[in-house]
Amino acid sequence: MQAESKNIIMQGLWHSNPVFRQVLGICSTLAVTNLVLNTTVMCLALLFTLSLSALTVSILRRLTPRNIRMMVETLIIAFYVIIVDVVLKAYWPDMSRSLGPYVGLIITNCIVMGRCEAYANANPPGRAFLDGLFNALGYSFVLLIIATFREVMGMGTFMGMALPYFSGPHWDKWIIMVMPPGAFFMLAIVTWVFRSIGLPKE
Amino acid sequence: MNIPSEMSQAFVICVSAIFTQNILLTYFLGLCPFLGVSREVKTAYGLGLAVIFVMTTTSVLNWLAYRYVLAPLELHFFRFILFIIIIAAFVQFTEMVIERYSPLLYQKLGVFLPLITVNCAILGASLFMVIREYSLIETVGYGLGSGIGWFLAIMAMAGIRQKLAHERIPRGLQGPGIALIIAGLMALAFMGFTGVLQGQ
Repeated sequence: MQAESKNIIMQGLWHSNPVFRQVLGICSTLAVTNLVLNTTVMCLALLFTLSLSALTVSILRRLTPRNIRMMVETLIIAFYVIIVDVVLKAYWPDMSRSLGPYVGLIITNCIVMGRCEAYANANPPGRAFLDGLFNALGYSFVLLIIATFREVMGMGTFMGMALPYFSGPHWDKWIIMVMPPGAFFMLAIVTWVFRSIGLPKE
Repeated sequence: MNIPSEMSQAFVICVSAIFTQNILLTYFLGLCPFLGVSREVKTAYGLGLAVIFVMTTTSVLNWLAYRYVLAPLELHFFRFILFIIIIAAFVQFTEMVIERYSPLLYQKLGVFLPLITVNCAILGASLFMVIREYSLIETVGYGLGSGIGWFLAIMAMAGIRQKLAHERIPRGLQGPGIALIIAGLMALAFMGFTGVLQGQ
């Protein structure tokens, strides 16, 4: 059990990391990586949805008929996403507005469906939860790196606070980093770096 | 209501959804199939056409469902589930109709239809249409424009990737890495359209 858990953790965080290995589910979050704060909220929302829907799918795995499996999984995911959306709207309306439709889009986030299909519906609840949790963490840490670079270089701030050097007159702000192309380039660079670390020497 | 002015408004929304506000290159929606199914122009073409069709029809269906079912009942939070069900049901229905009446078209598009249910761009278009409070005609323009924009982006990507297949690319960048760099360059190019449309 110990070795099994360790394996799940390493798979989620590194060996089959959702972002730079599987390249799944970046759609709904890449759009908000121009601000670290928004990214953090989105990643927490994803962590909540992914780990709990993996747990639920796994608990219900023997009761779900095979042929309507996808539909049931979608409804489970949608259920958790609605909770996140309603809570955000009630307690943090500004954040809810600035995230726009992207919270709702976690439903079609491929990584959530991917983990439910590939792991949760064939494994016991404890392990499914762990798998969901660490995939979400693996996903979050990469996106937070991207968001940090984009916000610091593009706006000279971190979480909205002005940084000493980057917001000063000596740093020419890279506006392109906060625009859409910056997100693509940053993600490409991060993928390149992390994939190269794992490559065997030629 | 003034129909001609609304038509022209819908046209502006359609063109801006294709170029300046491209759903893929500025809102990052539908990235997974965009990176996964863009190795060949032929498959990209099939998937792109299916997306145009499904996106236009489902955004209209969702508009009707939102306006006449959810809004009167004040069940706004329920829209995620309703939209997803409508999209899934519509895709399933289309698949059955095409299979029954046009085996040739089914061979071309059939395999792509199930993939579309989980394409976030489709749900994204419906959610944007609610947030921006479009009218029915504007929704038609928006759905069509977003679909065409997605089609253009994936076709361009597939064309470029086919050319790149025989190039020497650093090992860490092969596959998704280089595709993302191409997408970034395409997003830069599409940014050039900003300002073409007045009043955006």
